[in-house]
Amino acid sequence: MTTHRAKWLFLLPGLTVLVAIILFPLLFTIRVSFSGWDVSQPGLDWIGGANYARLWEDLRFWQAMARLALLTLASVTLEFVLGLALALLLWREVRAQRFFRVLFLVPMMTTPVIMSVIWRTFFHESLGPANDLAQLLGFAPQAWLTNGATAIVSIVIVEVWQWTSFMFLLLLAGLLSLPREPFLAAAIDGAGPIRTFLRVTFPMLAPISIGALMIRLIEASKLMETVYAMTSGGPGTATETPSYYIFIRGLREFQIGYAASHSLVYLIIMIVALTLIAKFLARAMLPKDKTA
Amino acid sequence: MIILYRTLKYAAILLWSAFVLAPFMWALTTSFKTSNGVTSGPTYLPWLQYEPSIEGWRSLFRSDGSGIDIVGPYASSLVVTLCSSAISLVLGTLAAYGLSRFTYRAGFIRNADITFFFISQRIMPPVVLAIPFFLMLQFFGLLDSELGLIVVYIALLMPIAVWVMVDFFNNIPRELDETAMLDGCSPLETFWRVILPNSKPGLVVAGLFCIIFGWSDFFFAFTLTFTNTQLLPVAVVALNSSVTPWWSLSAAALISVAPLIVVAFVLERFLSRGNLAGAIK
Repeated sequence: MTTHRAKWLFLLPGLTVLVAIILFPLLFTIRVSFSGWDVSQPGLDWIGGANYARLWEDLRFWQAMARLALLTLASVTLEFVLGLALALLLWREVRAQRFFRVLFLVPMMTTPVIMSVIWRTFFHESLGPANDLAQLLGFAPQAWLTNGATAIVSIVIVEVWQWTSFMFLLLLAGLLSLPREPFLAAAIDGAGPIRTFLRVTFPMLAPISIGALMIRLIEASKLMETVYAMTSGGPGTATETPSYYIFIRGLREFQIGYAASHSLVYLIIMIVALTLIAKFLARAMLPKDKTA
Repeated sequence: MIILYRTLKYAAILLWSAFVLAPFMWALTTSFKTSNGVTSGPTYLPWLQYEPSIEGWRSLFRSDGSGIDIVGPYASSLVVTLCSSAISLVLGTLAAYGLSRFTYRAGFIRNADITFFFISQRIMPPVVLAIPFFLMLQFFGLLDSELGLIVVYIALLMPIAVWVMVDFFNNIPRELDETAMLDGCSPLETFWRVILPNSKPGLVVAGLFCIIFGWSDFFFAFTLTFTNTQLLPVAVVALNSSVTPWWSLSAAALISVAPLIVVAFVLERFLSRGNLAGAIK
């Protein structure tokens, strides 16, 4: 049958190319994680699970994981709430609607690492506008990037600035695709705006909301370029994320084997965590079966 | 009540607009400063607070020590982004059409698993792949070259194309294919003559997403190229030290992010026409 042959013509080119590019790096990482490859002894010797045993006790890695969980959950939650609010604001008639829609989309178009460089000057204690703004709002001046807690806050602000626009795009596209009938029905029932949102808009938006949240969680978990450009993980290790820590171990200290074990543990934790979060979101947000 | 609601609504919109614009305005004003304007504390208004100069913008086109030559990295970024996006889009669209219309089976592997395999590539942090990619490109002699980065970026961008296009094709009614098949079209002809012409919104969105993420990548360009090839983000971040004048830095940053602003206009057009809903879901 020609159909039988043709279907492989669609899939195989892309699949082959991707596997060819990705297979070696993955297998190599697994193998090298069982070796002591470092700057003094490069090469694939076999040291068993020594890297993993050492990682288990490496507090700096687990702190980075905990920090990533905090950073990711805080920024993605904020991005979702703000993105949804902005999408709702620009959904129905607003003055200069198209202008604001374009403007709100702009941050996701900009290169994160380049914007981080600008943000670093923005948050500069004495030469940047951040402290001017803080004082204008009645706060004391902060040592934004050189104090552990405010450095974390600064990174969240930058992440939210960059990626709320992505949530906004997906959620507005979702809102614009909703059918009109349920809203008419709600209006006939005399439901107010809040009731309509809770009973109609939000549930109908749930599938795309879950998709948007998952994409952002995946992308946010890789966070490192912003950290690299803004704080270099500092002060001390206060803003290190796992990706950044692996970068330091692997490409700065050339502990290739040890860094590879970080990578794999990190990947496994991510896959498990993201699967659980996806399940949780589906249960919490998708409309329950009507008959039940 | 309605007046209060409207006031709050526009206040919120304007507040967010100010937040979005803040770093751009700051970079714009900084790009016209000289060392006096920078070191005397935060200043915002040219002429009133500092004497503007176009030195920052001039330094972008000088390749001697006093500036950075941004033209080379610009061209490299364009070539790498456009080539890798185009290849990813072609391969990704073909694979997505296959995954949307046919049933594949290999052992326990089903369509959903293959789709997941494509999309799951995005979970992989760049730092995990950096070292093996380094060795791989070294082996093929592609280190520090545009071709090497294009190969790497295909792995980065194809998952995005597949993700957008599978959903898009799933929303195109199968009757369209079946009618074409009944008229005697082969699967390839059906795809080429009937499906593709109806897929413009999906293709545009997938292509734009590839371009955004390709243009934005820093890490692979940072680890896999050195002197022969330099992409924009690497060139700009190289300025990110305390000795670099902020004016050059700001001008370089602004000119690097400028071209993709066009993408926001294109996406908005599709959004307002209602075409985007099927393309991203």
